[in-house]
Amino acid sequence: MFSEVLEKIDWDATTEAIYAKSDADVRRALAKNHLDVEDFMALISPAAEPYLETMAQLSYRYTRERFGNTMQIFIPLYITNSCTNSCVYCGFHVSNPMKRTILTEEEMVNEYKAIKKLGPFENLLIVTGENPVKAGVPYIARSLDLARPYFSNLKIEVMPLSVEEYEELTHHGMNGVICFQETYHKANYNIYHPRGMKSNFEWRVNGFDRMGQAGVHSIGMGVLVGLEKEWRTDITMMAYHLRYLQKHYWKTKYSFNFPRMRPSENGGFQPNVVMSDRELAQVTFATRIFDHDVDISYSTRESASFRNHMARLGVTTMSAESKTDPGGYYSYPQALEQFHVSDERKTGEVAAALRALGIEPVWKDWDQSFDELTCRK
Amino acid sequence: MEKLTIAGKSFSSRLFLGTGKFRSNELMEQAIRTSGSEMVTVAMKRIDLENPEDDMLRHITHESIQLLPNTSGVRDAEEAVFAAQMAREAFGTNWLKLEIHPDPRYLLPDSIETLKATEKLVKLGFVVLPYCQADPVLCKRLEEAGAATVMPLGAPIGTNRGLRTKDFLQIIIEQAGVPVVVDAGIGSPSHAAEAMELGASAVLVNTAIAIAADPVRMANAFRQAVEAGREAYEAGLGSVSANFEANASSPLTAFLQ
Repeated sequence: MFSEVLEKIDWDATTEAIYAKSDADVRRALAKNHLDVEDFMALISPAAEPYLETMAQLSYRYTRERFGNTMQIFIPLYITNSCTNSCVYCGFHVSNPMKRTILTEEEMVNEYKAIKKLGPFENLLIVTGENPVKAGVPYIARSLDLARPYFSNLKIEVMPLSVEEYEELTHHGMNGVICFQETYHKANYNIYHPRGMKSNFEWRVNGFDRMGQAGVHSIGMGVLVGLEKEWRTDITMMAYHLRYLQKHYWKTKYSFNFPRMRPSENGGFQPNVVMSDRELAQVTFATRIFDHDVDISYSTRESASFRNHMARLGVTTMSAESKTDPGGYYSYPQALEQFHVSDERKTGEVAAALRALGIEPVWKDWDQSFDELTCRK
Repeated sequence: MEKLTIAGKSFSSRLFLGTGKFRSNELMEQAIRTSGSEMVTVAMKRIDLENPEDDMLRHITHESIQLLPNTSGVRDAEEAVFAAQMAREAFGTNWLKLEIHPDPRYLLPDSIETLKATEKLVKLGFVVLPYCQADPVLCKRLEEAGAATVMPLGAPIGTNRGLRTKDFLQIIIEQAGVPVVVDAGIGSPSHAAEAMELGASAVLVNTAIAIAADPVRMANAFRQAVEAGREAYEAGLGSVSANFEANASSPLTAFLQ
């Protein structure tokens, strides 16, 4: 399990090592074809800042070679904002006195149909809070069953599950799981996640092993940038995690997400650090140079302008026209959003902007027939 | 130039095209037309099989083109056989490019599953063109299983690194009883010409054309390179071997005079 590996990697020593990276370390990393985590640390370090343009050029080249002039498009659907956790930074945390929604089957189908009217979406990400009693695995399984007639690829972003539960969901057509570790800093993790099931660090960080053991086709990882001041260290831990997972679960495809928090305008949780566009760009380039194949996903948290600029430089998956409130596609606005969407363009506008950049939006890149045998088991 | 025959069907062009990675379907179509290709592969996962007006498919379908659906995305023989039957129904062809690469990073073919699936699919009446390792023994086994061609890789997919497996490709070509199509890794027209000069029956190119600054002109360049390479092969290449260059000052056979 990865928690055992992580215990042996010292946080402070890693931070020091990142800041000690030299110009020569960066140049060596840039000259390599197969990079290790030490090289990645050099590329996200301040020592690499003067090489931003070179990194962008390399990232552009590797991305085009491996992914071509294409962009995978997906749409998230929040089927419930009911949550028993108390993540200090999240709009859905349990003590927030808001109206909670758990979509009924009819409401789910209304959402699916409404999404299909927005654009030719085939990649759906089903998102929930953590409420195993009211919206547990059978509820998620039902949402998948109902979604299958409308979408060819179904991913979920839900609480960490057991191997058996992940397996069970693959029989309902689930072929990808996204789960953000939020932070790999164990002590601070418990400060941000003080109560509820999410407060168990090991259960969450080892969830990725369980996904791999269950044969999940695609695993999405992410560090919530804004929690740890030393976000470089956090992202380095994610790079170690990626290499570990790639070795153990080599049939699975991985993606990186870098959700970054913005200062909150109406009070509430303030991020401990704000990552600049320049820094996010550097991390994106570094990731692509580190791993030519890992999928890099940008959500609508990022602005239209930034997403357009980065679309050719390493990003390979984007969401469009996201609503982060349950029921938001069929009749919005009703419930409260989890986070504020920055890119509010319509699906057609996102697609047109990509085409203008010489990028073909790819809606469908999976066929249900590939899941059919698993579903019959 | 000799025509190429696969499963009883003859082709004037020895350049096969892949359809991923293009920046638009329109550009892909122009590149296909310019290349003169008569065999074009398409990932079934990219096509909406229930929609006869699917945009990508619309830009590929043409009377002169043999459509070659591929199973990219499947991870074992069982999934491949199932998907192949879906593809046959949806695309209306029993031709199939069999791709089983469970490793999503380098997309390297699983030799064991590929052989298993080829055996089954041939029995089900498919014309199977398997993407495979440049492994001469595997290629013979695939041939014995009834594969219509073998499609060994030159280098990992999308790397444009050329014929890294050249020594093995030469053995495969020498031994093959079915056409040998060099697939994957061909990054420039010179690589394609090199494969044809070695005696490959055809090459399959995708990334090198799709991500070129001008894919249509690059398709034209590949067309010419494949023709030139084949023409050179058929014309009988003059010796370029270093084996004949040694002119020893003390000949080893002087005693025979």
